[in-house]
Amino acid sequence: MQDMIWLIPALPLVGFTLLVFLGRRIGEPGAGWIATAMVGGSFLATAGIFTTLLGRSGEERAMTQTLFEWLPVGGLNVEFGFLVDPLSITMCLFVTGIATLIHLYAIGYMHGDPRFTKFFVYLNLFVFSMLMLVLGDNLLVTFLGWEGVGACSYFLISFWHESEANASAGKKAFITNRIGDVGFIVAMMFTFGAVGTLSYQGIVAAAPSLAVTTATAIAVALFVWLPDAMAGPTPVSALIHAATMVTAGVYVMTRMNPVVVEAASWVPTLIAVVGAATALFAATVALAQHDIKKVLAYSTVSQLGYMFLAVGSGAYVAAVFHMVTHAFFKALLFLGSGSVIHGMHGEQDMRRMGALRKVMPVTSVTFIIGWLAIAGVPPFAGFWSKDEILLFAWEKSPALWAVGFLTAILTAFYMSRQVFMVFFGEARWDRPLAEAAPELAAEREAEGVHEGHGAGPEGAIHPHESPWIMTLPLVVLAGLSIVGGGLNLPMLDSTKLLEHWLEPVIHFGEAHPDATTTEKVALAGVATTSLIGLLAAVLVYLKGRADLARQIELPAMRKGWYYDSSISAFAGGPGRKGFQAMADFDKAAVDGAVNGVGTLVAEGSSRLRLLQTGFVRNYALSLALGVVVVVGLLLSKAVF
Amino acid sequence: MLAPVLASGASAVGAPGFPLLNAVVLTPVLGAIVTALVSRRRPEIAKQTAVLFATITGALTVAVAIAFDSHVAGFQLVSRTQWINQPDIAWALGVDGISLWLVVMTGILFPIAMLGAPPHHDGKPFYAWLLVLQAGCLGTFLALDLFLFFVMFEIVLVPMYFLISGWGYDDRRYAATKFFLYTMFGSAFMLVGVLATALLHADGGPVTFDLVTLAENQGVIALTTARWLFLSFAIAFAVKVPLFPFHTWLPDAHTQAPTAGSVILAGVLLKLGTYGFLRFGLYLFPEAAVWAAPGLVTLGVIGILYGAVCAAMQKDLKRVVAFSSVAHLGFIALGTFSITTQGLQGSVLQMVNHGMSTGALFLLVGMIYERRHTRLIAELKGLQKPAPIFAAVFTVVMLSSIGLPGLNGFVGEFLIFMGSFLTRRWWAVAAAPGVILAALYLLWAYQRVFHGEPDEDNASFPELRVAEGLALAPLVVLIVVMGIYPKPFIERIEPAVAHLIEHVEENSDYVEPRVATEGEHIVPASELRSSEPGAAEHAGSPTESAEHGGGE
Repeated sequence: MQDMIWLIPALPLVGFTLLVFLGRRIGEPGAGWIATAMVGGSFLATAGIFTTLLGRSGEERAMTQTLFEWLPVGGLNVEFGFLVDPLSITMCLFVTGIATLIHLYAIGYMHGDPRFTKFFVYLNLFVFSMLMLVLGDNLLVTFLGWEGVGACSYFLISFWHESEANASAGKKAFITNRIGDVGFIVAMMFTFGAVGTLSYQGIVAAAPSLAVTTATAIAVALFVWLPDAMAGPTPVSALIHAATMVTAGVYVMTRMNPVVVEAASWVPTLIAVVGAATALFAATVALAQHDIKKVLAYSTVSQLGYMFLAVGSGAYVAAVFHMVTHAFFKALLFLGSGSVIHGMHGEQDMRRMGALRKVMPVTSVTFIIGWLAIAGVPPFAGFWSKDEILLFAWEKSPALWAVGFLTAILTAFYMSRQVFMVFFGEARWDRPLAEAAPELAAEREAEGVHEGHGAGPEGAIHPHESPWIMTLPLVVLAGLSIVGGGLNLPMLDSTKLLEHWLEPVIHFGEAHPDATTTEKVALAGVATTSLIGLLAAVLVYLKGRADLARQIELPAMRKGWYYDSSISAFAGGPGRKGFQAMADFDKAAVDGAVNGVGTLVAEGSSRLRLLQTGFVRNYALSLALGVVVVVGLLLSKAVF
Repeated sequence: MLAPVLASGASAVGAPGFPLLNAVVLTPVLGAIVTALVSRRRPEIAKQTAVLFATITGALTVAVAIAFDSHVAGFQLVSRTQWINQPDIAWALGVDGISLWLVVMTGILFPIAMLGAPPHHDGKPFYAWLLVLQAGCLGTFLALDLFLFFVMFEIVLVPMYFLISGWGYDDRRYAATKFFLYTMFGSAFMLVGVLATALLHADGGPVTFDLVTLAENQGVIALTTARWLFLSFAIAFAVKVPLFPFHTWLPDAHTQAPTAGSVILAGVLLKLGTYGFLRFGLYLFPEAAVWAAPGLVTLGVIGILYGAVCAAMQKDLKRVVAFSSVAHLGFIALGTFSITTQGLQGSVLQMVNHGMSTGALFLLVGMIYERRHTRLIAELKGLQKPAPIFAAVFTVVMLSSIGLPGLNGFVGEFLIFMGSFLTRRWWAVAAAPGVILAALYLLWAYQRVFHGEPDEDNASFPELRVAEGLALAPLVVLIVVMGIYPKPFIERIEPAVAHLIEHVEENSDYVEPRVATEGEHIVPASELRSSEPGAAEHAGSPTESAEHGGGE
């Protein structure tokens, strides 16, 4: 089975290549089915290797496969190789599994799009890149995947590039990814300089490089583009968020956990603090959004913060656990929101929705399951993983725990708000826009937005349930969101399946909280009180207290605390002016100097030219002067 | 007439019976003559003749790569014919790992430029000049004699001048003159340097211009003098590369040149400078090169950031690509003067990579101009909609230029980063933001040109034609292949680079920092350099790489 590792990434690559050259001929829906089959095959291959690993003892569960030497240069020898161990196979399982569902869903969602096949070209390339990221046995192969994912999100976000917003968001995604790359490249340089290799096994053996963690920590700050990425087609957003961008950073951190542990103690603390702050910040932004996908986007950023809080607290198992459960319910929510948008004929604003549970039964039931999972209602998946993280945070510092707890309340609140606004209350789609949602109508009037790009029809909308090909993935994901917590139940040692499974990979870094059972139960009990957020949302949104809602949803929150817009303002203002100043400097000063010299020479020579008068007597005179000078020189030499 | 040429002389490595390198340099000359003799009334035949000769030359350069022994560090396929006896000047050609891929790239890029960007008028002289240019470039890369090198280096200017001034765009005369004068200015210093090197080295004895003799017998010329001589060469190369602040001829010349001229300018001509730094800088004046390295590395890093910022603000698409060269060549300078195995190999590889990707970018920009008669970004919009395949090819090439892993541009850039970090830690870190800027200026330009809803003028933008696709195909294939499997290329560069570093170490107090082997913990490179001068590991020996290759 070991020799078959390459098959996991190879299948999506084959799909990609096939569709690049034959996609147009195959067309819809064949291209979609081929792409889905490839990723599905990849999932089966992963499952096969997974069962092989299960049959082995803990120490023998790591294996590598080297395909060829990629960069054999002097002391640096980078191989194109894969590393399969409990961590990477876990990643592969849920990446390929969820990706298969998303591919299937996309066949329905992208139905009728003129660029149907192209979409699947990108999707397959995306899955391939993601698998390279998690399977690489050294930093460089991971970086190849990291960049591939970045490039694919660029392609996918700017997929409908006719809209300026999409094109800009795609570009921004790539450039932001590149800012992270600088950290990655610098980290690789320091690693190579210190240990002479980039392979994980070599790094883990040496683990002295603090720079790796600090550099990777930079990546935490890189969530600016996530909310903007929402412009892309919905399944992509789900894929990006649930299975990739979130996991990439956490995965690399977990992979490098011995290094994080070896680093100075402020490094994990910094990671935890940044994580907690991110979680809280994004949650406050999420609770003021009107766009159904933007709520989920900021929610993802917030959950990412939780995972980094876990990593910083030494809770690697909890981080991976939350990554997996989050992948289940966030993919579910994103695909569900896509189904809603699909049914609403392109409308994305929640102020135009309401009472959709009556017309979209499957979507609403599955979405509600996703909501309960993310809000932390026991026994759904999110409860277990979030509880685990909060326990470790408590051990690290009660202050971190408090931030995490507050975020949990907010999470319950904003997710309930979304569910109530979309599926409950009164229907705001059965009348024309101006009548049903005057506030929204006025906004769109002011901004000159008409139908398309997130805005639905202005007349009455007739929502409908999505076809089976879209609802089937929802049902599967809903099932996983219910039972996902079973991966790592904290009650007994024998039920901590994930912890035992990951043990060989994370035993360096995993913290072991010495909390007693009573403390644990107490903390879990307190955690359930975060559901007051849910109750508060009932009061505000289900009871239709618009006045209260207006007081809670501050404009600053809606604008993301102006974080993003200030960066844009800087880039478009002083940043651009600075660039222009340098370009002007080049033209005026550097090139000006060159041309100045040119002019000087030209002028000088035209003066000199005047000496060539053409009169023999002038030449004779200079000749005579020259003779005098030469003779004088000779004489002076002879004399002195 | 060919008899003396065939009598190839003193070569360390056995030259084959067929004088391959002479054929490589002389075939385009012959082609230029034949093309010039074709009747003016039959321009089609002139083109076919020229393309035929350029393709034969390309095939010959590939033959050089096949005949090349990847385990030999010194010059191979050497061919030496005495030109002048006193002083000793010879028609001496030879190839090693440093020049090999540059020669092949020159062989491939010329027929592509001819096919991908035909001229609008007077095809015959256009193609003839291009062939002369090809001969000059190949001669420069292959010359093993200082005098011959200088002659070849200068010959290149003439056809390029005529190509720009004869077939260029609106401002062609200004650009051509600027290009010619600026480069001549640099060359004047080099001429003095060439003559002084040979004369001073002779020290009263017989004068020779033989590169290997001059380089391998260091110590004849006093250190300070050698540094001055190095600088005289360095000025010529710095203008040619170009390094900041000698770069301002480049955007003008690149923009005004006809497309084929831009492709060759960026792809091949700039490499004459970077190649010169390796061969006539590091090799000929090792001690002086080590002495000057901090300054040159600094100029390289400035170029990376400065070139990228200027590229971002250009309004003309061709100027964006032109300024991107300043940034890319800055990377090559950084790698070269890091004087490490990784840095030098990365630089040599990056010269070829840049030739492929920037050559292809200029071809694509030329095709846009052919269709729209404008290169102004503001006048282009939404081209991806009417021409998705064209846009896809552009995207691949652009991502190669940005340095996306999996494509060729990344390989060189990565090696340069790793190598320069070993000796110039903070320079390497300072250069790292260059990867953001590269993405910024290219993606921004791409967005404005290809994304969006096309207006009336751009809506009927014609899709990539088959002939155009065929011209671009070899470049795109190489971009992918060299990104995924660069080993065959690296392997052949390695011995020559190892030899060069040994040469520098023997003739200066420089010691290449040792790289830790797996699992070993060593002190930082900077500390090692002063404390353990003897511990240099010549990591790139061919036997070692052979072992790696053979082991499972």
